[in-house]
Formats: sequence, C-alpha cells, structure tokens
Amino acid sequence: MGEMEELRKEAESLKDQITAARKTVQDTTLQEAAAGITAVGRVQLKTRKTLRGHLAKIYAMHWGADSTLCVSASQDGKLIVWDSITTNKVNAIPLKSSWVMTCAYAPSGNLVACGGLDNMCSIYNLKGKDGNVKVMRELAAHTGYLSCCRFLSDTEIITSSGDCTCVLWDIETGTEKTIFAGHLGDCMSLAVSPDFKFFISGACDFTAKLWDIREAQCRQTFSGHESDINAIGFFPNGNAVITGSDDATCKLYDLRADQELNTYQDSSIMCGVTSLAPSVSGRLLLAGYDDFNVNIWDTLKSERVGVLAGHDNRVSCIGVSSDGMACCTGSWDSFLKIWN
Amino acid sequence: MSNSSFASSSLVIAQKAVKQLRLEASVRRIKVSQAAAELKTFCLQNAHKDPLLTGVPSSDNPFRPPKSCVLL
Repeated sequence: MGEMEELRKEAESLKDQITAARKTVQDTTLQEAAAGITAVGRVQLKTRKTLRGHLAKIYAMHWGADSTLCVSASQDGKLIVWDSITTNKVNAIPLKSSWVMTCAYAPSGNLVACGGLDNMCSIYNLKGKDGNVKVMRELAAHTGYLSCCRFLSDTEIITSSGDCTCVLWDIETGTEKTIFAGHLGDCMSLAVSPDFKFFISGACDFTAKLWDIREAQCRQTFSGHESDINAIGFFPNGNAVITGSDDATCKLYDLRADQELNTYQDSSIMCGVTSLAPSVSGRLLLAGYDDFNVNIWDTLKSERVGVLAGHDNRVSCIGVSSDGMACCTGSWDSFLKIWN
Repeated sequence: MSNSSFASSSLVIAQKAVKQLRLEASVRRIKVSQAAAELKTFCLQNAHKDPLLTGVPSSDNPFRPPKSCVLL
C-alpha cells in the first residue's frame, strides 16, 4: 500500500509543521503578559435563589437572553422554564423521553430545545397560540445521543452528538443543512461564537475544533487535554476558547495564535470538569466539577480565586446570564442555584 | 465489506485527513504577545461592567430583595 504509507508520512509531516509554526509565534506566555496586573482577590459569591422543583438529576441549563428566564432539563422527564428572580416556574414541559442530556433557549425567547439518549433534538414553541407548549419539530438523524444543542435563531440550531458529528439544522423543514464531521470521538459540547459565524466543539478524542458555519469547514483543531472534553465556551470577545475536561483541567486556547495559552489546574483537584462559563469581562472562569464544587479561576493569572460550595452532588451545568449579573448552577442534587 | 473496498475507504479517509491538516497548517497565526495583550485589554476594559467581578450592591441586585419592608 504505497499510497497509504505516503499519506501517513505526509500527515505526520503536516502535524510537525503545525507544531513548529505554533512555536514560532510563542514569544511569551499569557501568565508572563499578565504578571503586572493587579490580582483579582478572593471572589465570594452567595446563593441568592434556589430553584426547587425537579425530582431527579439536572443535566443541563441555559439562560434566556433577557437574563431573567432560564430553562433546565432533568431526567425526571421535564424541561422547566424558570423566572430566576421570583423562582416561579413559567413552564413545566413533560418530555417524551426522560433521558435528556441537554437543553437550550433560543435568543428570541420563543423556543426551547432538548435532547438526549433518544438521539433527537426536540424543539418546543413557548409562545403557541392557545398558551400550551407543544413539540414543534423533532430533528432526527443523529445515530448517537444528543449531547448539546444551541440555537442560531428561530430557524436554525446546531447539535452535537455521540455519533462524533455536529449538525446544523433547518428547523422549519426539520432537515440537516450541514454535517460537521471530523472528530474521532463522541462530541460532548458545543458553543457558538458571539458573531454567530463560528462554533466550537469538544469531544472524547480529547480535542476541540473550530468550525466555520457557512463554509462548513473545520478551521482549527486544539489538542493538549489528556482526557474527554466535557465542556466548552467562547471567551467573551470571541477570540479564544475555554475547555473543561475529565483530566481535571480547563484550558484556554487563543484562536488567532492557534495555541493553548493557559491551563487552570491544581494538584488538589483530581476530578473531572463537567461544565464551565466565563464572566462577561472574561476575567473569571467558573467551572463545575464532579466533586460537587464550582471553582472560580482568574483567567489571566491562572490562579484559583474562589469556590462555590452548596450542592450535595455533582455540578452538571453552569451558566452566566448575558448581563453578567448572576451565575446559575444545576446539579445532580435536583436543585438549581443562582449566585452573585 | 470486501478487502479491496475496505482498503479504498481507508485511502479516502487518509486523503481527507491530509487535506484537513493542510488547511489547518495554512492558518495565519499572530504572535502570542499580541494575542495575550488583547485578551488582557478586553478583561481590563470590561472589568467595571462585570458584576461577578466587582460585586453588586444589594440595592442594584435584582436577586436580592430591597432592605426596607412595606407593611401591608
């Protein structure tokens, strides 16, 4: 197989080229560049609200764009839309399949979506004429579980799956517009860039990939983690990506320097990262772990500056509202907490 | 799957992998010093608009009830 051997050699050579090119621009480190700025100091957030109502583990939550409403998904088979300020349940939506792993709120506030072991992404219309919340579409084509979903608008949504692909869907027709293939392991999480032109995915092949939505291409691949990437998010200016992994670390990769700039780790932390969210300035990284805690990191200095302890089981999801006013955590203990 | 069709699909996969690596190798990279400076600037310029960083006085905190109570 002469051609296979040639292709393998070319692949190795290209990987070496990429490593060398990244090193060439590595004239400093982020920590060195941040050495002169004032430390953040201890960040102490308090639980302001506890959202009670789910009867089983919470697997996902997502803030609405108004910074007040949020949606959560639990394996009790319900999606609940909460008013986080009053703690009232605005909607309690029973699901066909209780094995839900993800949920999302559309930026318009009109739709929510969820999915899981049913391999489908179900879209629900919150603003139906008769006031009843009904399934609007069931997006079915993935051959593996739905791990994450995020709306681009009321007509398009991106999903990530255990079948190793991500898909851009046309919600109106219920069809796949684009399939993003390339990961060699289950895709676990995705995040959309602030300008809606790109998205990033984290997978069980230990890599994160940046995808150009309209060109339907993977532009960059980031390695370094030593285990599955469970969580991923954009730095608020859209120029960097933050990942959280079963290897107990979070990493920051800069898109334009095409490399890892920081690792957030501590020898005392030995359990996996389940979820993460940056604060609105990007200076703080809030990350949920399997040991029931949330650790707060100074993204520039790579120091741990706070801990949120309050859940009695794994923190499975976390989100910072768009106005930055609060952080919401969801847990296997069936509660959501609002902190600031 | 016959031996030869397995071999040719492995070839297609390898060709795609090389094509993707060529694309990723051609990315234009900026210096880490520039990238780091811009991340730093963004954080510092937006720090005052970051309630979780600066703290929120209870009067401005929508999640905290105001201190004074009205007796009905």
